[in-house]
Amino acid sequence: MTRTLLTGNGAAAWGARLARADYLPAFPITPQTEIIETLARWIDMGEMDCRMATLESEHSMITAAGAAAATGVRVFTATSSQGLLYGMEMLYTVAGWRVPLVMINVSRGLAAPITLETDHNDILAARDSGFLQLHCATCQEVVDAVLLAYRLAEDPAVRLPVIVNLDGFHLSFTREPVELPDGDLADRFLPTFDPGPGEIRAGKPTSQAVAVLGGGPYSYFRYECHLAALAALEVHRRNVDEYAGLTGRRYDALECYRADDAEVVFVMLGSFATKAKAAVDQLRQAGRPVGLVRPRLLRPFPEADLRRALAGKVAVAVIDQNLSIGKGGVLHGEISGALHGVSGAPPVIASFIGGLGGRDITAEEFFEIAGQTARAAESGQVPPPRLLYTLHELAEMRKLQAIAHVERQEEVPGP
Amino acid sequence: MYRIRFHGRGGQGMKTASRILGSAFFLSGFEVQDAPRYGAERRGAPIFAFVRAGRAAILERGNIDRPDLVVVADDTLVAIPGAGVLAGLHADSVLLLVTTVPADDWQQRLNTTGTVLTLPPPGGSERDPALLSALCAGAAARLTGAIEREALIRAVDEELALYPADTIAANRAGALAGFDALAVAAGRVGESGAVAADGYDAPDWIDLPADGVGLAAPTIHAGATSVEVRTGLWRTMRPVIDLEKCHRCTWVCGTFCPDGVIGVDAERYPVIDYDHCKGCMICLAQCPTHAIAAITERQGREADIAAEGEQA
Ligand code: SF4
Ligand code: SF4
Repeated sequence: MTRTLLTGNGAAAWGARLARADYLPAFPITPQTEIIETLARWIDMGEMDCRMATLESEHSMITAAGAAAATGVRVFTATSSQGLLYGMEMLYTVAGWRVPLVMINVSRGLAAPITLETDHNDILAARDSGFLQLHCATCQEVVDAVLLAYRLAEDPAVRLPVIVNLDGFHLSFTREPVELPDGDLADRFLPTFDPGPGEIRAGKPTSQAVAVLGGGPYSYFRYECHLAALAALEVHRRNVDEYAGLTGRRYDALECYRADDAEVVFVMLGSFATKAKAAVDQLRQAGRPVGLVRPRLLRPFPEADLRRALAGKVAVAVIDQNLSIGKGGVLHGEISGALHGVSGAPPVIASFIGGLGGRDITAEEFFEIAGQTARAAESGQVPPPRLLYTLHELAEMRKLQAIAHVERQEEVPGP
Repeated sequence: MYRIRFHGRGGQGMKTASRILGSAFFLSGFEVQDAPRYGAERRGAPIFAFVRAGRAAILERGNIDRPDLVVVADDTLVAIPGAGVLAGLHADSVLLLVTTVPADDWQQRLNTTGTVLTLPPPGGSERDPALLSALCAGAAARLTGAIEREALIRAVDEELALYPADTIAANRAGALAGFDALAVAAGRVGESGAVAADGYDAPDWIDLPADGVGLAAPTIHAGATSVEVRTGLWRTMRPVIDLEKCHRCTWVCGTFCPDGVIGVDAERYPVIDYDHCKGCMICLAQCPTHAIAAITERQGREADIAAEGEQA
């Protein structure tokens, strides 16, 4: 195993190659396109034995992915942002078919206004679809997560599709040192997919698209999906152990960084969590006991692990790179729900929303989040959710508005 | 940690520069992170790329706010505020410009006492944009003092592995030219630490006001605003039509031009709107009679000035 510099997109493509994906239905969208371009090149050069099909939309792409997975081949696909939303109907449908496949989502903010840069509203829109979700913080984690995702999706106790999420730009276009598992190791961890008795063949037709009325059968199938997803927690735990044994790299459902003896804990998803770690290191140097807890697995939700990791803490600061319009941070609601009524639950679970559409979260902001959260714990007053935005940013915004409104000659208020 | 930013225009190879430097650091035993940062991908638009390198795993991400070194491949970017070339330069930062204007002049223009270094563009007056990236990477490598020639050469070979041998050889030479040109300033760029958690400047967070929808909807209240944005300024190469060879099949070049900037005059000849032609050269590739030639924008501007002189 040698270390090379790879982008997150490159790492995702390597994940598919090491998993020996058989079928790649594809549709381009920034910042994901590089993944399918890389795979297309490998297929063209004969380095990868895989059939690629370009579809006319993400809706068709996800349909093709699910249909192919039902025949027992290993399917890989990728999308982002508007594409994920365009295929949303089929996310729910394909998950209901109980077929395993792995889809990459490269997170990018949603229109309007349109952007190319990252936040998590796209992937969180798929939260309730039945696709399981693994969230990555580094390029190394991307390649490993793809292998873990197949192993999880294909487990007979689970048999649900999995999305591996990585942040646009901060992972997709960023090169970092990555240790690629060698092919033998990947094969050992991920043997050929055996679909078992459910497999569709030309000579053995089955129908996936049953209609049910009356509520009882419908509830049964939905509950069964849910129970399979919950069973995935234990399956994933075993897979993580085995993978750690093979590679030395552990990917527990929660990443806990200096959290054991921490009083204040940051909770967040995705690649900015590495920035939070850097901030934790600095805060520790300044004598402040701060840590980080990062869910890697968001669906199924590792509720018991979160309770264990956060019970007894003085305060938690949930940093959401998403915004549920009219509610607030999605992760904040999930963490609060998990801790509600638990003995030793932190009295303060503060909400910070930031990093939307590629907006940075600076080291100073992490320090301030830690400080304000610690002070809230001292005073016992939970602060209202904070939308991270600076006076300077508003002043820049007012300039843009002044230009945009020039023909109307409207007054634009100052910052 | 070293924090280094490369600024250029789309097509000038700043992503390649950052990758050559990133690989050179990596081959020298550093932990590395490199990335390009652009908006909608367009040739000629200002872009930047960055490299972080250190002895421990790199946890920082995204924009470099306080660079130790800024390399500018195209000096016309300095005057464009949106390009953000000077953002975050501090007392110990080094600014390296690829330019024919002397460093003292830049120091005066920018009203700075910080270190400003210059490099002449590669290929002399002809300018060879293909070698800019290697030159910039080589120069940056030498300024850090942490990278040996051999690592730089290997990095060029790795990053350009898919190119023909003569391209690789030319880029090796370009990288070494940058490396040697800055021997005098070897090691001038140092590593800087992270922001400390005691005594930091608190962010000036505000409670955002709820503005009325007339202001708060993302609307531009004016028509045809894109005409006002002179995207022609992004051009590094200029298409020139030889009307002697032109067969006036303007549905060809006019249709293929992705920016819709080829119009038709009263004689049915094509006319390029140079205020908005971004120099992608798609028209050149499509013209069936080879009536369109490419000249560098510098040559084009010199010709414009000469023509104006004749008129006057
Ligand atoms: S395609 Fe070439 S020949 Fe045809 S109108 Fe354009 S410039 Fe002239
Ligand atoms: S196609 Fe030709 S005229 Fe149109 S933008 Fe490109 S270079 Fe300019």
